[in-house]
Amino acid sequence: MASLVDQAWQMLQGLVGGDLFEITLLSLAVSGLATGLSLLIGLPIGTWLALSRFRSRGLVISVVNTGMALPPVVVGLFVAFTLWRSGPLGDLGLIYTPSAMVVAEVIIATPVILGLTVAALGQLDPRLRLQLMGLGASRWQTVWWLWREARLPLLAALMAGFGSVISEVGAAMMVGGNILHQTRVLTTAIVLEVSRGEFVKAVALGIVLLTLAFLVNGVLTWAQQRSPRR
Amino acid sequence: MTLLDPNKASGGTPPLVEVRDLVVVRGARPVLTIDHLAIADRETLALVGPNGAGKSTLLLAVASLVPLARGRLSFRGSTVEPRDELAYRRRIGLVLPDPLLLNTSVFANVAAGLRFRGVSSSEAEGRVTEWLGRLGVEHLRRRPAREISSGEAQRVSLARALILEPDLLLLDEPFASVDAATRSKLLDDLEQLLRETHVACVIVTHDLDEAVRLGDRMAVVVAGRLRQRDVPERVLSAPLDEDVATFVGAETRLPGRVVSAHEGVALVDVGGCQIEAVSALGPGRAVLCCLRPEDVTLWSGNALRLLAGEASRPLSGSPGTSAPGPLPRVVSSARNQLPGSVSRIVAQGSLVRVSVHCGVPLVASITRASAEDMGLAAGGSVIVTFKASAVHLIPLAG
Repeated sequence: MASLVDQAWQMLQGLVGGDLFEITLLSLAVSGLATGLSLLIGLPIGTWLALSRFRSRGLVISVVNTGMALPPVVVGLFVAFTLWRSGPLGDLGLIYTPSAMVVAEVIIATPVILGLTVAALGQLDPRLRLQLMGLGASRWQTVWWLWREARLPLLAALMAGFGSVISEVGAAMMVGGNILHQTRVLTTAIVLEVSRGEFVKAVALGIVLLTLAFLVNGVLTWAQQRSPRR
Repeated sequence: MTLLDPNKASGGTPPLVEVRDLVVVRGARPVLTIDHLAIADRETLALVGPNGAGKSTLLLAVASLVPLARGRLSFRGSTVEPRDELAYRRRIGLVLPDPLLLNTSVFANVAAGLRFRGVSSSEAEGRVTEWLGRLGVEHLRRRPAREISSGEAQRVSLARALILEPDLLLLDEPFASVDAATRSKLLDDLEQLLRETHVACVIVTHDLDEAVRLGDRMAVVVAGRLRQRDVPERVLSAPLDEDVATFVGAETRLPGRVVSAHEGVALVDVGGCQIEAVSALGPGRAVLCCLRPEDVTLWSGNALRLLAGEASRPLSGSPGTSAPGPLPRVVSSARNQLPGSVSRIVAQGSLVRVSVHCGVPLVASITRASAEDMGLAAGGSVIVTFKASAVHLIPLAG
């Protein structure tokens, strides 16, 4: 095992500057963009769901929470069917492109961010909102301060969203196709190397993936734990 | 019930804030129904009532923070429409039972309302300093709000509302989360601040002492309805219905019927006993006789016999050896005198609550020292006296 990691490390040094850089960058770009878009969709809807009261609210939240456990490979299948050349959105020519991967990953990450946003804001004292409004906060000022108050669990939601897509392989494979120089990302590359019997290379890529996830989450954790300014 | 609007009588300027025909529902059930409530400039209105009566909901309704199923809220005579709500809320300051400070510094908490209103940071700086000082928490300025004590937090919460120089300050049980000693000091300071700033204020409390001390007027909410609104002294001495009487501490409440009335004094038959009460009610009316425990005086049977010269032996002598004769009448201005026996004694701080049975149950509140001097014990005989003016009659249907 130890020798495998050693060899992987040497392999890694060999790879640097070659395809590895490209693959890593694409992984980061696709996952980062998908997480960002999911945040743009999930945070407002999640906030609205957390703060409003309507009859079927419980049902909607249950659906969202089920969406958090959506199997990526099923999402991949669905997106692939839709974007297939003969599919309903085939004319867009998106199948086997990074854009298609982003679409699939947004579908995977949005319920995660949305569901955890509802939970994060749901943990706040409901009277905090009344208190803010009672001090003259407008609707947006109220939402902004509620986000601030819930910033720790909200950043956790962001981390969970990013984690769900950076580590995802089924959908990336199905809608991206693992084409070198086009749609190959770290996870699909690992699957490929394993199927080729290139275990050392697979482990090397695994180390890169872990390091990447660690760095991104490290930055977010730092932002989360930073003591509030004055 | 019609409540006289103090402003209509004097000049016709509309009250500061007024609610009319207000209904708040939770689910399908109305939890609050208020026909009319007005708050005048510079007035402190104490909103009291038992737990769950709807006083906090009423306060939030006045703050335009709960959806109204029906009704109208107006500010200086003009209705607060949905589009005016933000502007209206920027004229009030709200303090809730838990301080609910934001997870930031004390300074930023107190500055929050100013930031909402777009006050420049240099102006905010000065005002925050002033108000932290006025509430005696200047030294906490840079501390994270989550690290200060609950008493300090409630001071910060008060500063956060008062700094806005609101037209109306809304306080919901502001002392609920602090201990007795802190509460007393905080109450002193709040009383002084209210006097200095002349801010109109609605304070929700279930503590009668607080209400009497701070309130120019008192509004009693029971079961979602406004039952009485008057100066505190009148609410305490002349409750309008049984629920209010119960809440304001008229512990003796006896149903009876007026048998005769003469020169403003009604004689009421209460389960065989006759009680005199100052009242204009005529004979035949069914009434509830209300009596506050502090208005009841107890006379020990032994002391009376001594006074009357009946008991020649010293008090320490065994009283059981001879059957005590009938108790003599106390010579006093109190119109009501009833012989009875002590049924229960309960200590309440420096006071003692004594239940006496005189054919009907009565409750007296006397000092612990008096109880000791009298050698009160359960089963002992006493004479209960109270003035006819201490008895308040509530007319009952039927």
